[in-house]
Order: sequence, then C-alpha cells, then structure tokens
Amino acid sequence: MPSAIVLKGLVKEFSGIRAVDGLSFSVERGEIFGLVGPDGAGKTTTIRMLVGVLLPTSGTAEVAGFDVVRQPEEIKKRIGYMSQKFSLYGELSVQENLDFFADIYLVSGREKEARQKRLLHFSKLGPFVGRQARHLSGGMKQKLGLSCALIHTPEILFLDEPTTGVDPVSRRELWEIVYDLLEENVTIFVSTPYMDEAERCSRVAFIHKGKILALDDPKQLKTTSGREVFEVKVKNPRQWRESLEGLPGLLEVEIFGDKLHLSFPKGGMEETALKELLARPGGAVESIRKIVPSLEDLFISLVKGQPSGG
Amino acid sequence: MGITIEARNLVRRFGVFTAVDGVSFAVQEGEIFGFLGPNGAGKSTTIKMLCGILAPTSGELWVGGVDVRTYPEEAKHRIGYMSQKFSLYEDLTVWENIEFYAGIYRLPKESKGGWMEKMLALSGLEEEKHRLAGDLPGGYKQRLALGCALLHDPPIIFLDEPTAGVDPISRRNFWELIAQMAGKGKTIFVTTHYMDEAEHCDRLALINNGKIVAAGTPTQLKERQTGVLLEVATLQPIRAFALVRRELPETNPALFGSLLHVSLSDRAAMEERLLELFKNENITVDSMSAISFSLEDVFCQVMGPGGTVGV
Repeated sequence: MPSAIVLKGLVKEFSGIRAVDGLSFSVERGEIFGLVGPDGAGKTTTIRMLVGVLLPTSGTAEVAGFDVVRQPEEIKKRIGYMSQKFSLYGELSVQENLDFFADIYLVSGREKEARQKRLLHFSKLGPFVGRQARHLSGGMKQKLGLSCALIHTPEILFLDEPTTGVDPVSRRELWEIVYDLLEENVTIFVSTPYMDEAERCSRVAFIHKGKILALDDPKQLKTTSGREVFEVKVKNPRQWRESLEGLPGLLEVEIFGDKLHLSFPKGGMEETALKELLARPGGAVESIRKIVPSLEDLFISLVKGQPSGG
Repeated sequence: MGITIEARNLVRRFGVFTAVDGVSFAVQEGEIFGFLGPNGAGKSTTIKMLCGILAPTSGELWVGGVDVRTYPEEAKHRIGYMSQKFSLYEDLTVWENIEFYAGIYRLPKESKGGWMEKMLALSGLEEEKHRLAGDLPGGYKQRLALGCALLHDPPIIFLDEPTAGVDPISRRNFWELIAQMAGKGKTIFVTTHYMDEAEHCDRLALINNGKIVAAGTPTQLKERQTGVLLEVATLQPIRAFALVRRELPETNPALFGSLLHVSLSDRAAMEERLLELFKNENITVDSMSAISFSLEDVFCQVMGPGGTVGV
C-alpha cells in the first residue's frame, strides 16, 4: 500500500524566513503520526501545506496519492482537518452544527444517523445537543469541532493542536474519538506541543525551527537519548539543590515534589558512584534509581545540542 | 514553618448557583501547592476570594496571617498574582513595564531601583531590557509577567495557569525558577491543566463542582488509585486495542505508540480473560506488566462520572 503522506524537501518561506526548512518523511496508512514541537516550530505551516491551503515555496508533498500543488481539490475530498481556530457556528446548536457539516460533506440518511450517534457517544455531547455552540466550554467546543470534522469518514485526518487549553478529562475523550477511527484504518496526523500527548502516537517527528530533529516510535526515541536520568528521593529536595552544583557531569536538576531528577550525559554516571557522591551527613538519600528519560528530556537535549539552539 | 494560606468551609454563591461549596485546605510556608480541576470547577472563584477581590458568601480565610474578609487590602500586599492573561503593556519596553508596576506597587524610592534590577535578572531578560514587550516570544513574556508580579517581594505567589502555550524549554526554566523561590521560603499556589506540571507540586487539591474531591502529595494520590494499570506490548497494537475496546470497554484501553494500557479493577480475575481474548484473536503478547498510575489517571478517575472522594 502506498504511503498516506509523502514529503520531499518541503520548504515554506515567509518574506525570506524559512518557517519550514526542507522536510522529508512519509506517513503510513493507519498510523497516528505526531508532529511535535514548540510554538513557532513550523507545525501549523506544515499542516496547512499538506491540506492544500498554503502553497510550498519548494519541494513536493503528496497526500492520499495526490500532489498538494496540482491536485488540492482531490486531497480536500479525502481528508478531515481540524485547525486551531476551527469555525463552529456559535449561534447554532450542537445538533445543528453536526447537521450542517453532514450536509457540506454530503453525508445523509442512515449513514448520517449512525455516524452522529457514534460521535455523540464518544464525545459525551449527547446531553448538550440543544445547546448553542458558543455556550459550550473550551473542551466541549474542541470535541464538537472534531466531531464535525469527522462527520464523513476521511482517509486522513489532520489535527492541529487539538487539545491546547483543554482539561485532562476532555483531552481523553478527544482521544477516544480519534481511536474510533483507527479501526477504520484512518491515518491520523496530529500536531502538538505536549510531550505526554506525543506518547500516544505510533511515530513522532520532533520539529524545531522548521527542521526535523528526530523521527521514530516514542519507545525507540527514548533509547536514543544522549542522557542518563536518575530519580533521587530525598527529604527536602529543594535544600539539596545548591549542594548538587559540583557533581561531575551534571547537566540538569529538576525537582518533582519529593523527588529530584538528575541528568548526566549518557554513560557519564553510574548508580553506585552517584550513591557515594550523594552520601553525606545531615541528609539521607531514601532511594536512587535510573529512569527512562522522558520525551521532553530527549527533546531538550536535542535542541540544546544544536549549534543555534537556545 | 507555619500555615500561610488557610480556607475553612469556604462558600461562594452566585444567585442559586454554588460555585464554591465548603472548601477547606491549608498551605504551608515554602510549599508549592497545586489546585487542579476542570473549567468551571470553582478554581478561579477560589483564587479570587484568596486574593481578596471577591468576598466569600461564608467561611473563613487567612492569607499571610491576615483575615482576608476583614482586611482584604492588607492581604493583597502579601501576595503576587500572575496568569497567562497578566497584562503587560506591549508597546512599552521590558524595563518600562517593570517601572510601571513598581509605580503601581508604590515601591519606596530608595529600594525601587534595586528591586527593579533584581526582577529583571530573575526574569533573565537583561539583554532584552529595551525590547518592546509585544515583540518578545511567549516564554519571555511569561517570565517578565512573573518578574512584574513579584516586584513588591510578596511572601505568597498565586500562579493561574502560568505556562499555557509556552514551549517545553521555557516551561522547564520557569519551574526551575519556581522551585528556587520555594526553596527561599516563598509559598506558591498554582493552578494548571497539565498533569506533568502538577508533578512539580509538593501537594495537590483536586476540585470539582465546587468541592475538594481529592488531596495529597502526587505520590499519595497515585498510590490511592484502586486496581492496577497494565502495559501490554504487542506486535498488533491497533488490533489489540480495538478488541479490548469492544470486549472489555470498562478497562478504559488507551494506546501509547505500540503499547496498550488497560486498567483492571480486579487483576486476578481479569488478566486471564484478557490473555484469552488475545489468544483467540491470534494477537501475540510480548510482555505485560503493571505500571504506576499517572496523575492524569487520578484526575480522570476523580473527575469522571462516578468520581470517588479520596480525601
């Protein structure tokens, strides 16, 4: 089966500045692919080129087998797209919005009924069908936006930061809606600044300043981290902070409640050595263990490893 | 170290609607205290009462040793407040913004310059001193806002969703700053939607429908979760997920890359059932192990339908 999305040297310049700087990768059918990076990294610009609403400066991209420059209309028929500023009709009710988008996508009859029922079930918007969209909470609006984008079953779904500003319960419910598509072999391309969300993807591309820093399965990515992270449990971790400054090779200290996370370069510290270095009178270490670096650890070490990185 | 923020049976009604419904908690000096809950749960109403800008319907409230109901102005001097919506003047430079807030807080002439320099350094914006605030990236604006909120050296700091829309590196630097301040004895009261941020807190209170529904350290809250969370590694994650979702929806399956998470209320009884399901459908299980619940699991269990009270 051909890939769902193929990018080759995709570039977008805005008045001489490269927002997207030569992206090349493919997304396979049925994947949840995550484009992960901070604000301004080039995520939205990339998605806008892929859905055919923004022309690339150079390079090519194919979506569902069609060229984004020459065949954008063919692409639009086959995709769903939820942008950050998805337009719902505020003065229409939840039900009316769903009906409106069904009409636009020419979904009718039994298919429309079944689809809406399923979407209302997973979005938990059933009790609110009569409420005007403008009176929904932020999380509910996002869920309605996603439901409207899914009223037809697209081959490929593009989600641009679907959960920014949404509470954890609504975030989970949004993912429930997305999961429902996997069984229908829909390809999902999602952009997000959140690392915990990246964990939900089958493959992740880290993007920074318009370039891909790394691309792999989240589990694999973590093994490529150039860091060793130790979790150290102590009483009063904040009082330890300053005394840790002189530890050989220490890259970073993070405090999580009653735990310290100490990062060292890979191979730069052994558990036993650390135990000895931290043994001191007056403050007992309760436990030390090596932990798997998080995706955020990896992202930060990749960015800091860049010559121009901040 | 003593208690520096305390609410006892705090209630706020708007007409017939009770936004905050008998909330009680105490925050120690030097603590980072996280206040979590969905939109509309009563978080903002509580913070407004703590900051002395909204009067409670009933209940008692002390901030920095001051009874907020009787002396709201006194209480305001003891706190700094910062939110994502904190107003910086975009057409003023970094330094002019700091100067403006120093004026608002009426810093005495002798110490004013010193404090302004100190807050500029704390924000890490020395090199941006003469840049317009409107031209700063998100993470810089947020540090400037924090610097401005701390000009009068308050012992208690309220942070209302301080890092919404800020990139991972800036967020990490921000929390580093917060930890340093707590280390120096400042008390931090923070609200957030992000559970990875909640992990930075010493203690958490979760609020829903105006009531505290769970409280404790992040570790305690996770340990209090009932049942067990299993991580299943399989070569056919999507098929496995679809199967579990259809046959055992009560286990709340979720996909994490190639890994499947299922939560079992009764491991002994359900693990076998799960393995049998996989076997019948020719799904190869590479490994299956219990992992610890995340704060997101805690949040969703407590806030979801039939949420349990775990105080």
